[in-house]
Amino acid sequence: MDEKRTDNAAVDPLEKQIQAWRAHLRKSPTITSQDAAELEDHLREQIASLGADGLSNDEAFLVAVKRLGAIDALTREFAREHSDRLWKQLVLSGDQADGSAGSLAAGWSRKMWVALGLAVAAAVAIKIPALFGIQFDAEPGGAFYPRNISFFTLPFIAAYFAWDRSLGRWGRIGLLGVFAVAAVVVNAFPFPSLPGRIPHTLVLTALHLPIALWLVTGIAYVGGHWRGSDRRMDFIRFTGELFIYYVLIALGGGVLMAVSVGIFEAIGIKVEPFLQNWIVPCGAVGAAVIASWLVEAKQSVIENMAPVLTRIFAPLFALLLIAFIVTMVSTGRGIDVKREILILFDLLLVVVFGLLLYSASARDSTAPPGLADWIQLTLVGTALAVDVLALWAIGSRISEFGFSPNRVAALGENIVLLVNLSGSALLYVGFFRGKVAFSRLCDWQTFYLYVFAAWAAVVAALFPPIFGFA
Amino acid sequence: LLLGAVDPAHRRQAEATAEALGLMSVNKDLVAASSTALVLAILAERDSYGYAILKRVRGLSGGALEWTDGMLYPVLHRLERSGLIESRWVKAASGRQRKYYRITSAGRQQLADERRQWQTVDKTLGKIWERS
Repeated sequence: MDEKRTDNAAVDPLEKQIQAWRAHLRKSPTITSQDAAELEDHLREQIASLGADGLSNDEAFLVAVKRLGAIDALTREFAREHSDRLWKQLVLSGDQADGSAGSLAAGWSRKMWVALGLAVAAAVAIKIPALFGIQFDAEPGGAFYPRNISFFTLPFIAAYFAWDRSLGRWGRIGLLGVFAVAAVVVNAFPFPSLPGRIPHTLVLTALHLPIALWLVTGIAYVGGHWRGSDRRMDFIRFTGELFIYYVLIALGGGVLMAVSVGIFEAIGIKVEPFLQNWIVPCGAVGAAVIASWLVEAKQSVIENMAPVLTRIFAPLFALLLIAFIVTMVSTGRGIDVKREILILFDLLLVVVFGLLLYSASARDSTAPPGLADWIQLTLVGTALAVDVLALWAIGSRISEFGFSPNRVAALGENIVLLVNLSGSALLYVGFFRGKVAFSRLCDWQTFYLYVFAAWAAVVAALFPPIFGFA
Repeated sequence: LLLGAVDPAHRRQAEATAEALGLMSVNKDLVAASSTALVLAILAERDSYGYAILKRVRGLSGGALEWTDGMLYPVLHRLERSGLIESRWVKAASGRQRKYYRITSAGRQQLADERRQWQTVDKTLGKIWERS
């Protein structure tokens, strides 16, 4: 029947007109294909009736369309009646909007079950050490969990994507190898048991290993095609959405636990120890897997949130930095160099980097420079200026503080981000002058994933031996 | 609501035609208010589809009840959603799929209710106008 219809459309101008009219109608999200079919049936009947009265096809079409009402008015009326259709709903399984997606629905629910299974596996895995007497909330003496938390989460997420993307055998072996080597190395490190505090290098390893391994997990996410800039950008988008989803799930989990503590306390039972030892660790790792799957499931349904947030905060941070520079210059105050000042400016650069990255991830590469790009350039420029001022202030005194592992790591991070943002600023200037395509900026950012992975791996794996596990 | 989208020129023309034929066109609010009762009453006779319902309304009112054709469908969908009518797709003689509507028992109750209300209004106005 479809074939016949296209045949007719090629020959019959009336069919062409009806097709165009229907296509126009379908552009509104409030008009489903069924509604369009119903209205088309009406239109055709009207045309036939008018034709019988002696009107030509062209005239009949015009009159019939006119009687049916302007498409704008029609869609508005439909929107009033079906306002729910303006809100895209996440369909986890079963009925898909077009009705023709039975196999797709089955695929969805299979994915859901795999994700659920892996989440449960992660939750079980994180409690296995408890069998050997290692408690989640134990004192930092053994420091088992800070070293190993990545291995209770990331392999499960990697496994999900390796399955979903049908990652090749070498990819699977490679991933498994990286995780295994990392686990052996980190646990072989002879960190000393210090009374009351965790060694600095162990903290550095605990912070950087998840970053390095997360980027390795990205190889599973892109199905092994990590050399493509576009695929890496997809992974960046995924990371941002996952972060937002995870925070939302964590907030919900917090409410759940606060309520459980409250109502059990009402009957005189204390559940905090149980929650801390079971629900918090199991929920935290399980939620990471579930959130990964959710981000994928809703990918095409809900607008990406990270770029929306950057739209809001990029101008605000740009204003903040301008105000800071103006205040500094007008009052003549220098930066008060304290020991932790580097970390503060690292955080600033991380935020600016995130704002830049996620606005770039959502930008149409072919669009000409606009106001949002000027805001980005202002943001990056001011952040660089502030950071250079801070480095200048710190530089003169860094030797007197000594080169502790923390300070070297903080300085290294600062330089890594500084190079990234400087490169971005240069590319932005080139873009404004029409000499550089915007996609080059995206390439630069996605290339930088390698730098981040390398730097995080160096801090996690080489700093402890270099600094004698201090 | 129902007539809100009819463009003024079209409406004036329709009114002019109706006047020429000795008919009064009906105020758009009244048309909107009566749409539920009209659709339910027509569907109570037999199952029908959009175009036929409109044709019936036009025929019964002699053109005095002027609807923009497309606006009937949101009304049908609203009635369907509130469970007063139900729909099914049927293959018409032309070979195309056509959406037929059928009144439900809840719809019949609603129709009886509407009927009582319209008759009350009609009777009340009738008494006043008989006297004058």
